[in-house]
Amino acid sequence: MRMVDLSQTTLRELNAALHRLTPDTNERYWRVLNPRGQHAIAAGLDAPATIEIEGHVGYYCAGMNKEATIVVNGSAGQGVAENMMSGRVHVKGDASQAAGATGCGGLLVIDGNASARCGISMKGIDIVVKGSVGHMSAFMGQAGNLVVLGDAGEALGDSIYEARLFVRGNVVSLGADCVEKELGENHKAELRKLLAAAGLNGAVEPASFRRYGSARKLYHFHFDNAGSY
Amino acid sequence: MCGIVGLFLKDPELEPQLGAMLAAMLGTLCDRGPDSAGFAVYGRAASGAIKLTVRGPRDYDFTALLRTIDPSGALPAPVVRDTHLVLTIREEDEMAAREEIAAIPELALVGSGRRMEIFKEIGRPDHVAQQFGLGTMTGTHAIGHTRMATESAVTTDGAHPFTTGTDQCLVHNGSLSNHNGLRRDLMRHGFSFQTDNDTEVAAAFMSWKMREGASLDQALSSSLVALDGFYTFVVGTETGFGVLRDPIACKPAVMAETDSWVAFGTEYRALVDLPGIDTANVWEPAPAKTYLWERH
Repeated sequence: MRMVDLSQTTLRELNAALHRLTPDTNERYWRVLNPRGQHAIAAGLDAPATIEIEGHVGYYCAGMNKEATIVVNGSAGQGVAENMMSGRVHVKGDASQAAGATGCGGLLVIDGNASARCGISMKGIDIVVKGSVGHMSAFMGQAGNLVVLGDAGEALGDSIYEARLFVRGNVVSLGADCVEKELGENHKAELRKLLAAAGLNGAVEPASFRRYGSARKLYHFHFDNAGSY
Repeated sequence: MCGIVGLFLKDPELEPQLGAMLAAMLGTLCDRGPDSAGFAVYGRAASGAIKLTVRGPRDYDFTALLRTIDPSGALPAPVVRDTHLVLTIREEDEMAAREEIAAIPELALVGSGRRMEIFKEIGRPDHVAQQFGLGTMTGTHAIGHTRMATESAVTTDGAHPFTTGTDQCLVHNGSLSNHNGLRRDLMRHGFSFQTDNDTEVAAAFMSWKMREGASLDQALSSSLVALDGFYTFVVGTETGFGVLRDPIACKPAVMAETDSWVAFGTEYRALVDLPGIDTANVWEPAPAKTYLWERH
């Protein structure tokens, strides 16, 4: 195990060391101490290593992650796991705005709440939030799944494309072109898989969720919708 | 950008360290606002007295002003901190003193209050804090601001906090888009403005609301309707502070609380040196919701 204390080592040194990891690296487990809210901790990884961060992190933690598993034992600032490609990011506390923004793949798990614009423009990432999400979550979401065990704020799924949204609690309002859809057996099976991946195997009943997605009315320009664009 | 910090002490034993704690918080946010900085500190009140914070040009000699306001030298000794002078006068003499200050074109009244003192200057926030000796200041609560100018020029007048009335001030992160129209409306209600700054308009708007009888909570809530743009506001009052974010929550904000203090920071980084932060309750204030802390 490699232990890196950010009160002794600079963030650039840590990230440079993490960027040097290769797919066959033996340094597979790292612990990072004293993150003290610094930005872009463990961003840009491309190796199958596990990075555990002991404390709260600032913006863009684990951004662009590929292959790595990153665990934050604390809360995360804006844009955690933004543009993640693969791998897994687990925030044990809350996440600020735009968690998982534009993510293309991998799994983001947030044990607490995520604030506004969680999963904005998501492109294939799976996000499981055990608490609630703020307004405009999954705005323009293109692909992937957003699973929310708690509530969702205003304008959920505004201008959504093909991302799938599952919310167990109350939804304050749906955004433009976002509608409730039937929760089919295939969706329940998918939910069961995602919940298990998030460490909730059997703990939460997939049938307790409601599914939301695109009405596909704003996809292409249509003169009747001119006022909605 | 811009950065805001606020610190409200629940534990009186920390009061001697208020300035030092705030200075550390402000210094961390230099990179969010390197153009200017300012802060309001709420110290001890003297019975029947009011404090006026006056700003002059660098190396200004305040002797002439002091001679007119306090010819017999009976008042508590005024405190000069860099370009600012803090006068403690009897409440009944406030209007006369304000007129004396207004009569000298080089001087500006930065704030007034039983407990509030305001200091602001252009320059890097850590340097500004050092110039004014923030680290040695004491009190119950304080708010500070680091400015990256967008809507108006980098001037001391454009630095925050802006006073909204006796013992009240406002700091702002964001920018307002309807401040010109609102400024004209407020001028019709008798307000005058020193700058083209958007935050000065927000401060005057709240002063106007409270003059009309609104509570701080109501004044903050009504700005949700009247102000167009994006903003996180922190408002200091004689007994505490309030926080409001715009409904879209464009601007970042983090709060933390322990049994000893409540703190606000634009980023969590600003809070990391506070005692007990590792076990503090840390959260993001919700959009369009007012938060108020009062010390009674």
